[in-house]
Amino acid sequence: MMTTLTFDAPADPILERRRRIQSVASASLRRRKNYSRVAIGVCWVFLAVAIVPLIGVVAYVVIKGLPAWNADFFTQVTEPEGIPGGGVWNAIVGTAVIGAIATAVAVPVGLLCGLFLAESDGRIAGAIRFTADVMTGVPSITIGIFGYIAIVKNTGHYSGLAGAFAIGIIMLPVIMRAGETAIRGVPFHLNEAALALGARRATVARRVVVPAAMPGIITGVLLAVARGLGETAPLLLTIFGNQYLQWNPTKPMEALPLVIYNYSSQPYADLVQVAWGAALLLMVVVLVLSIGSRVLAAVLQREKR
Amino acid sequence: MALPNGAYRGLLATVAAVFVGLVLWFVISLIVQAKPAFSTLGFSWIVQKTWDPTHGKFGLLPFILGTIETTAIALVLAVPIGLGTALALAYLVPHRLRASLGTAVELLAAVPSVVYGLWGLIVLAPLCREYLEPFLTSVFGWTGLFNGPDQGVGLVLAGIILFVMVLPTMVAISRDVLAVVPNDQVEGAMALGATRWQVLRKVVVPGARTGLLGGLTLATGRALGETVAVALVIGNSPYIAHSIKSPAATLPSLIVNNFGEATGTELSALFGAGLVLLVIGVGVNAMARALVRSTARGGAASVAVA
Amino acid sequence: MIEPTPPASVEERVNFNTGEVLMNPSVGEPIMRLDDVTVSFAGRNAVRGVTFDVHQGEITALIGPSGSGKTTLLRALNRMHDTVRTASVTGSVKLGATDVYAGTTDATLLRSRVGMVFQRPNPFPTMSIYENTVAGLKFNGVRKKALLDEAAESALIAAALWDSARDRLKAHASTLSGGEQQRLCIARALAVEPEVLLMDEPTSALDPIATKRIEELIGELKHRVTIIIVTHNMQQAMRVSDRCAFLLMGEDKAGELIEFGPTAKLFSEPTDPRTLDYVNGRFG
Repeated sequence: MMTTLTFDAPADPILERRRRIQSVASASLRRRKNYSRVAIGVCWVFLAVAIVPLIGVVAYVVIKGLPAWNADFFTQVTEPEGIPGGGVWNAIVGTAVIGAIATAVAVPVGLLCGLFLAESDGRIAGAIRFTADVMTGVPSITIGIFGYIAIVKNTGHYSGLAGAFAIGIIMLPVIMRAGETAIRGVPFHLNEAALALGARRATVARRVVVPAAMPGIITGVLLAVARGLGETAPLLLTIFGNQYLQWNPTKPMEALPLVIYNYSSQPYADLVQVAWGAALLLMVVVLVLSIGSRVLAAVLQREKR
Repeated sequence: MALPNGAYRGLLATVAAVFVGLVLWFVISLIVQAKPAFSTLGFSWIVQKTWDPTHGKFGLLPFILGTIETTAIALVLAVPIGLGTALALAYLVPHRLRASLGTAVELLAAVPSVVYGLWGLIVLAPLCREYLEPFLTSVFGWTGLFNGPDQGVGLVLAGIILFVMVLPTMVAISRDVLAVVPNDQVEGAMALGATRWQVLRKVVVPGARTGLLGGLTLATGRALGETVAVALVIGNSPYIAHSIKSPAATLPSLIVNNFGEATGTELSALFGAGLVLLVIGVGVNAMARALVRSTARGGAASVAVA
Repeated sequence: MIEPTPPASVEERVNFNTGEVLMNPSVGEPIMRLDDVTVSFAGRNAVRGVTFDVHQGEITALIGPSGSGKTTLLRALNRMHDTVRTASVTGSVKLGATDVYAGTTDATLLRSRVGMVFQRPNPFPTMSIYENTVAGLKFNGVRKKALLDEAAESALIAAALWDSARDRLKAHASTLSGGEQQRLCIARALAVEPEVLLMDEPTSALDPIATKRIEELIGELKHRVTIIIVTHNMQQAMRVSDRCAFLLMGEDKAGELIEFGPTAKLFSEPTDPRTLDYVNGRFG
């Protein structure tokens, strides 16, 4: 191999350093590359480790839950152990009624609060924003306790309403912050243009800002509802459970999460079966809400363009 | 209906005030209801070791420890595995799969915790008793942390269920913040001769640390406050666990298991347990927020003026 | 009084791990040779059939209108396209005796020999000024504090950042101004002591004063490292470069080399009419 080597060149400190650095770099190359390969391999292993239980949960619920789904499951009320048949109609009604009441109250209140936060920047708004953030992280059981103290204790009995109260409080800060974010995302010029035309703020909010923020608001609301419906702990302290069909929210009610919780630790196979069926139903409802929120948001976003 | 501007602002402020009122009502009612326990038992009952309602003893220490221990187990598993998974999803998985896998993870974050509890109790508990616990005992038995019989339910299982439960949340957040580390940072490191791992470890992860910390906080909060999933798999024993395999209880599981029959001082003590839980939860949250704010100031702020 | 250093022996100049000759060829000799280099993405050519030599100790500028593939070509020289799945580079790029795209050439190691400075300053925001400067050395396995310190000081001096930064080496890189950040990025690249430094429009994100400092700097760095600079600014190319490569988008939308030669000649008496049009401002 022909190379040009200049032996008589003065020793340049930079060339000297280059030589040292390059020899360290090539000497350590194999170690560095192996380290990189191992570390990245570990990431892949962790990915697999994470996927296995998550798929396991979903697959198991589907496999165990589907056999429980029959006509009776959706039309009959829960039966005590030993009595064959029975369904979760009473729990479906309870979850639906409680969810509907909680949503009906939390959405308008949450959105108005979100509007307030989006339009205010002061210290008070900051404090409220902080409170809302902290409230989203508060253990849900403590909110169940609050539902018990505020409604059950004062009315003297457990009721679906107490459950809806607790679930609504859990949903409220989520809706607030999602609403604020969505509203703040509305281009300022829309707002300005309408105000410049002499429109009142309330009109601008109703006709311009809120419609423009709708995709974000709907996503936030549906996610909040999904979260609310899956909550179990607050319901345990507020609605008591009811093995009969009950449409009246001022009375104790049953709910899907309660069925899962109460039946899963029973030593009777048929009750555990019902628990799996209820788990599948709850999971499907929650996933449909989550996926639906994305699809709807995407569709609305596209329509706007 | 077109409200005048003053009335409109007034309406918004009123509704916001209602929210603040609700939160105040929440905190105050919890304090008021827990007060009898404090006045009968003094403040020290919180750290006493014995929970024995029939003899008027309501020490919360076993449950505080149980809460901390299960959360710690969950985080020890969730931090490395969650970070590794998030790195894989953000940088290693082929582009075509990234979006769909990411969505799947986000959807899993929405699965109700009681479903995880049911799965843990019926599927994982037997596996834990037959395989995992004997294995852990044979490998780590010398530490003395794994004494006692293999029971399936207990601290280990509760920790694992919490890990599985918080994992999607943590991965979803971590993946998002890792993926938004600017590409010019990645290229800058690559162009200096960094290996793939060096790029991830020295540039991407530090660049996302604020968001990663946020995800960790959220996961910690969920683990601390989780009630039903833990109550189903922890074995609910009111004694301080002497082994990681022992049945134990956490503050939330204590509340939910004893609430039905409790009256008088015991009920008040349960409200007190809720108050302690609330303080821990809010404390962790506030601490993390402060931490996030200080690291955010540390550097991520405006790097270059374009 | 400087001690006369005995000439380095042959052993010291040959890296026996790779068989490469570490000594640079003398000034003016070709250090990088591009032969029929074509870069394509998903089968579509972005740069086609570029051939020219980069000379040791000189500044070579790549000029041409946007879309002519200057940056794409530059990024082919340190294999930055490796991460793009659909990208492919054909033809030959040689760095000294090393075939850049040979299967046995490691891209990581290559990049420690061919440094790069980007359009926008991109210091690592979580690292201090010092940590930024030595980041490349640490990536390359250098652990000796003495070597790190020596290289960092030399690089910061060379990047004209030493005087203003020596007292705040522990400060975050984000505390520097835009121009200083770009000089930090230059120092970061220099600290590894690369043989070639690629600069991709290094002043496009900077104000005129910062631009002037960087241009002066580029001139001073010549003795230390061979520079290839992409610029859309012809005055800049004229001011800083020794040789110029003029690229233009061909009919198939791929950039091709129109003319290559000494800067003065390329600007005063180009051989190709298209070059004349461009240097006279007749292209967009």
